[in-house]
Amino acid sequence: MIITNNLHKSFGELHVLKGVSEHIEKGEKIVVIGPSGSGKSTFLRCLNLLEVPTQGDIIIEGESITDPKANINKIRQKMGMVFQQFNLFPHLSVLDNIILAPMKIKKIKKDEAVAIAEDLLKKVGLFDKIDSFPGKLSGGQKQRIAIARSLAMSPDIMLFDEPTSALDPEMVGEVLNVMKELADSGMTMVVVTHEMNFAREVGSRLFFMDDGVIAEQGVPAEVFENPQNDRTKEFLRRVQ
Amino acid sequence: MNISQSLGLMVQEFSHSFYLNFIKDDRYMQMVKGLGNTLLISVLAILLGVTFGALAFLLRNSFFLDNSRFKILRGLGKVLKGIGYVYVDVIRATPMVTQLLIIYFVIFASVNINAIFVAVLAFGFNSGAYVSEIFRAGIQSIDNGQMEAGRSLGLSKIQTMAYIIVPQAIKNILPTLANEFIVLIKETAVVGYISVQDLTRGADIIRSLTFEPFLPLVAAAVVYYIIIKFLTLAIAAFERRLRASDDR
Ligand SMILES: Nc1ncnc2c1ncn2[C@@H]1O[C@H](COP(=O)(O)OP(=O)(O)OP(=O)(O)O)[C@@H](O)[C@H]1O
Ligand SMILES: [Mg+2]
Repeated sequence: MIITNNLHKSFGELHVLKGVSEHIEKGEKIVVIGPSGSGKSTFLRCLNLLEVPTQGDIIIEGESITDPKANINKIRQKMGMVFQQFNLFPHLSVLDNIILAPMKIKKIKKDEAVAIAEDLLKKVGLFDKIDSFPGKLSGGQKQRIAIARSLAMSPDIMLFDEPTSALDPEMVGEVLNVMKELADSGMTMVVVTHEMNFAREVGSRLFFMDDGVIAEQGVPAEVFENPQNDRTKEFLRRVQ
Repeated sequence: MNISQSLGLMVQEFSHSFYLNFIKDDRYMQMVKGLGNTLLISVLAILLGVTFGALAFLLRNSFFLDNSRFKILRGLGKVLKGIGYVYVDVIRATPMVTQLLIIYFVIFASVNINAIFVAVLAFGFNSGAYVSEIFRAGIQSIDNGQMEAGRSLGLSKIQTMAYIIVPQAIKNILPTLANEFIVLIKETAVVGYISVQDLTRGADIIRSLTFEPFLPLVAAAVVYYIIIKFLTLAIAAFERRLRASDDR
């Protein structure tokens, strides 16, 4: 479903991704961990071309997105992205945040889009906030709305970049629960996270990223119990 | 001579002076006519300025060409950016009066053309450079995460601009734009250089008739002050309302 082929990314002189070649199958839940600055976000952002790789290919559902002829807007519709800072649209109500993209891109009629939004809001437990503006929501609520907004485009893949890192501790759980439900529904997910329990419980495969490469990978529980790479051992010792 | 007598004399002198400068021969009409031109030029120039400003902003952000598949279009994008940059740079680094004189005496030298029209054009062209900077600052003030969120949903860059960035940026842009209008009103006081009768020139005409500079020039200053004070207060009220709509 997602194939990266010798992916490299540099910012000027700074070589951040140093050759990532991976296959991610439909329905997998990839969790990405690793030290700060190792390139986790950059890797994730390359997958929907928020960062343009300096070398290598990315193939999503059989289509090369790094090909200059690729229709990137079309491809992005199939991939939702959830950001650490939520990035809700502050000038729009919760409902309008959710229905904007389906209506403008897919040309779905308003009542149909509203029905989708209501359904998603019930799923994330925020139906009563439908007319609120983002400024009036807590961080956890904002992030659940952001997830609902992405899901409204019915993506095949969901990308999460540290979705709970900007949250007060008491709000982390509500967001992780929504993500767990999403995982159970069969969504293909790539999640950069510092939540080791979530990684262990939900992840089907774990990438340990270090210095621009995936230094070690495997079933999360196995990597946690029995890390092979010295850098993985050191990292896990520090975070646990 | 006691105090009330000398006060009476002062009042008498003032009313005579007032009569001489404003009432006699309907001289106040010089200033009324001038004020009309000041406002006319300012309003038309700000409209033209917004138009030029938007054009310059679009030129400087020819992003719709940046990712074009065709090399020639990407090249064209670079040229357009260059034009926009030079326009803003040159206008902002040269005095308004000089620009006005060049447009009137050099560019329109051989054409018989209404001086007010030239003034509108000159001030609009000048203002456009500043307005384009106002647009740029307004757009830049919006967090980049907004653009990324829009793009990651599958919206195009232009759609994201139209539905997400611009509606938010407008709240920052409108008050600054109104301030630019205020600056413009004051700057138009130099149109006398090309013999347009604005408020300042109207007052100066009275001065040259009565040889009394004090009343007409101070009166002109008072009129400017009132207009600008009024606009400043209106903008402040408007800004408060915009901010109120932010924390709904
Ligand atoms: N747009 C950019 N321009 C220049 N350098 C960048 C840019 N984005 C990221 N970098 C640099 O690339 C390196 C990797 O960044 P990245 O955000 O991918 O790390 P990360 O693994 O996500 O770290 P963290 O855990 O802190 O989020 C860092 O050194 C960062 O400073
Ligand atoms: Mg990161």
